[in-house]
Amino acid sequence: MTNKLIGQNYVTPDLVAKVTGQAKYAEDFRVDGMLFCKLLLSPRPHARVARMDTSKALAMPGVKGILTADELPAPADVVTDLGQRIAANTKGEKALTNEPVYQGEPVLAIAAVDEQTAVEAIEKIEIEWEPLPFSVDPVKSLLPGGANARLEGNIWGKPKPPTPGQPVAPPAIEELKWTEAEAAEYAHGRLPTGKTPDEWTYGDLDAGFKNAALVLDESFVTPNTSHQTLEPRTAMAYWQNGRLYIHCSTQSVVQTVGSMSRWLQLDPKDVVVISQYTGGGFGSKATGTITAMIPALLSKKLNAPVMMRIDRETEHYIGGARPAVHGRLKVGFAKDGRITALDMFVVNENGPYEPVGDTGMTGRMVSLLYQPMAMRWRGVSVLTNTPPRRAQSQPGGMQGIVLMEPILAKASRKLGVDQAAIHYVNAPEGKAKFGPANPRGERAYATSAFVKQALDRGAEMFRWNERKAQGGKRQGSKVRGYGVSTSAFVAGSTGYDGLFVIKPDGRMYIQSGIGNLGTESMSDCHRVSAEMVGMPWEKVEITWGHTGKNLPWSCVSGGSQTIHAHTRAAHAAASDAVKKLQEIAAKAHGGRPEQYTVANERVSGPGGSMTLAQAAQKAIDLGGKYDGHELPENVNAFTKASASALAGQGLMGVARDTYKRDGITHSFVAGFAEVEVDVETGKYQILDYVAIADVGTVIHPHALGGQVLGRSMLGIGHAIGQHWVYDQQYGLPLAKRFHHNKPPTILDAPQKMAWDALNIPDPETPVGARGIGEPPVAAGCCAVLNALADALGDDVFKRAPVMVGTLVAALDAGKAVQEPLTANI
Amino acid sequence: MTEETPAHVSRRNFIKGVVAAGAVASTSAYLFRTTTLHGQPSAAGAVERLMTLNVNGQDRRVDVLPQQTLAMTLRYSLGLTGTKIGCDRAECGACTVLIDDVPHYSCSVLAQRVRGKKVVTIEGLADAATGKLHAVQQGVVESQGFQCAFCMPGFVMATVGYLKTNPNPTRQELAHGISGNLCRCQDYDKILTALARGAELMRG
Ligand code: FES
Ligand code: FES
Repeated sequence: MTNKLIGQNYVTPDLVAKVTGQAKYAEDFRVDGMLFCKLLLSPRPHARVARMDTSKALAMPGVKGILTADELPAPADVVTDLGQRIAANTKGEKALTNEPVYQGEPVLAIAAVDEQTAVEAIEKIEIEWEPLPFSVDPVKSLLPGGANARLEGNIWGKPKPPTPGQPVAPPAIEELKWTEAEAAEYAHGRLPTGKTPDEWTYGDLDAGFKNAALVLDESFVTPNTSHQTLEPRTAMAYWQNGRLYIHCSTQSVVQTVGSMSRWLQLDPKDVVVISQYTGGGFGSKATGTITAMIPALLSKKLNAPVMMRIDRETEHYIGGARPAVHGRLKVGFAKDGRITALDMFVVNENGPYEPVGDTGMTGRMVSLLYQPMAMRWRGVSVLTNTPPRRAQSQPGGMQGIVLMEPILAKASRKLGVDQAAIHYVNAPEGKAKFGPANPRGERAYATSAFVKQALDRGAEMFRWNERKAQGGKRQGSKVRGYGVSTSAFVAGSTGYDGLFVIKPDGRMYIQSGIGNLGTESMSDCHRVSAEMVGMPWEKVEITWGHTGKNLPWSCVSGGSQTIHAHTRAAHAAASDAVKKLQEIAAKAHGGRPEQYTVANERVSGPGGSMTLAQAAQKAIDLGGKYDGHELPENVNAFTKASASALAGQGLMGVARDTYKRDGITHSFVAGFAEVEVDVETGKYQILDYVAIADVGTVIHPHALGGQVLGRSMLGIGHAIGQHWVYDQQYGLPLAKRFHHNKPPTILDAPQKMAWDALNIPDPETPVGARGIGEPPVAAGCCAVLNALADALGDDVFKRAPVMVGTLVAALDAGKAVQEPLTANI
Repeated sequence: MTEETPAHVSRRNFIKGVVAAGAVASTSAYLFRTTTLHGQPSAAGAVERLMTLNVNGQDRRVDVLPQQTLAMTLRYSLGLTGTKIGCDRAECGACTVLIDDVPHYSCSVLAQRVRGKKVVTIEGLADAATGKLHAVQQGVVESQGFQCAFCMPGFVMATVGYLKTNPNPTRQELAHGISGNLCRCQDYDKILTALARGAELMRG
């Protein structure tokens, strides 16, 4: 049977509001008596408030109040979905602090009748600072005599193994310094491979290197890149009858209730999150941001609604960034390019707060994507006095692949193996294993992988075989280059709920707890439910973006989870509804429920047929499970509360995703790029880019294409310009606005872009769809990096982004010009 | 606006949308001090601050401080929140509006400087009577040209403005025409396709 909705383009329910300016983002709300607050930001990379005088500020007319770090609730433990308690990390990020650990960190907030008054009041606050040691270079911090970013040390130690019955302890901050001998290679531009707190290995590394036809050993640095969502993380809060209403910029809706209630130590029932439209997240607003608690607390304290507008520069500080990873990889290749051994060493610039997952993810994704026969991974998360790092599209996986791809491309040239072929011979297939073995000796594996098919499709679309021969051939001052890259990332979670009601008016009312950050999954996932109950899309209404409106338990809208998690949940809820419809029809017309089919707005069988509208009325008459008065045991308490509030209105579809899954869901992308470099000026242009997605069943082509090429563009930004610059002497950021950080503009975009998806269903999920938000990033970045190296030869650059200055210096000198091993230059 | 906050704010009062056309809107106090604060002498020039702004074909009386930008005035005094502020410093284009048919960054134009000129915002593009979308808006809807859409009003206004000078641009010309606008979610290729489709629809 062909699908009517799945795989088809349509106008999403938010689109007309967006294009007419009616869509309301957090800063677009106004409330009577609303105050404005402004933040005082730390002027130093690390310091302590020695003395503070707020009297002049508070005496100003129009100033309503202040919030300091001392007034924040203490960090609370986290309880996971599985009931596991994780102890609060007292060294983690707070909304305000008296010991700022990066320049730009919020210290206090002032609320006033208008923003101008708040700004002037901030200026009147007198603070005497006690300066503390700081570090803005993770590798230097590891060298003998290097400074520590935190008073307790410079790295996150390995998490302690859990003690039964005790909350899981957060890792501790420790000090790590390499010896002079360990650090010796630093002076030669190679990343020293000193002690690390964490490592794993599988296979016989020594034998792998011994049997290799080629061994490469390379150091490479990836950039720190701010998320720079176009909408800053503004938030506005008010209280009503003891409940907090928060309008905030967040990727997730239902899941933000959890984070806000934890930060504020409130009962989740007392938090209402409103976010119908969010101006981008890329991982940095996964469940909102901790600073959103500031207007909430001020609002409570002052008994007035409070708006906290975040300006662009503040957004640079609190908005988060992808951490730079400094890597050294020793890779052994067989003659055909197969990787026989891989020794991976990473120093991750963690920023000042919680350990980010990027460090470990570098190794896991490299092991999945290239299937090395033997591999060791070593890594350390080093603290620096720079803005907090947050997950950014393909966190860690992206950096790991960026460390690896230039080596793969170099090996292809050294071995005389085609770039696409070297990816092909190492590509994961089917239930490909990855990472280290667990204590039982088992390795994790993917649900499915069709990377070879993606490479084939891409090579065909790009006409790789015809075009690659032009690589490195000079015409006047111009030279072209061609690059291939593959990429991988985790792409889906399980266990969430679906909820909808078909009412006697014949329409389907779907509740969506998914955030709307532009991926359209808050609507796309539910196409599955409508398809399964035979409901035309014009008769579907989706409620989303307001946790006061009876939404089901939903996943974090991040990490490419949603399309997988919620097509499953939608499938479960629709299966529940279909079963109920069959039972209702059998009750009315006789026969067995299985003899009835649901299609075209009817449920029909041997005894007769009724419309869904009639069935909805019958569901109300029958009550019980049919109209939501009885609910399945296994749905989340959040869903139960929402479903109970909707009970009695029609036929309810409500269920939890309990479908089995063998393996861990991952998605893959193959990218192909063509660049043209002017070897006299160093300026280059991307002429063409093609990306092929292996993401299972296609749900909504327009939205999928936006993710494939949109996230590729984010990756291309990492290749061509986006980065941070720090004054190393004073620890101060010099690049903190769009103008300095250089996210790509329309003129930087490839002149041509195209995409396709394999549309091969994943066998481990009922609808077959996997997530897509992550893997295009590294594919975009590395296809361009590899194309540049194809044009210019090996060793011209040892870092991303590849700046014109680097190219000119290398082209001038005829060899790579050594740059310091830090991302922040 | 009042400095007092009712102990119980009614839910109906909460979300104030568009301010009724024709009335003098002075909610600019949200961002700028326009009311006389207790203990301060009354602000000089209060009369000169009152101006008529022609927005989306309507004359709107509005109280504007000398330092107040057009973006803030549109958003906070007139309730036209479709114009977005992404940087407030002429870097991103999210705030682009038309002033006498020419695209401008409204975050970097003082409201007092647009006296006697015609301002068009994203809210003013669709046909007010029928709700029919402008061709460029239609192009965006047809091809789902954006993601989060925070950049979208700026891109659409920049395109509408550019097409007035060059109704039949090549892709490259159009890209140059709107190169003052940043998008962080979408690939620019799809944006360009959507906006070029809009241009095509406009030509009919
Ligand atoms: S907000 Fe005006 S250009 Fe960015
Ligand atoms: S669609 Fe999000 S910034 Fe353009």
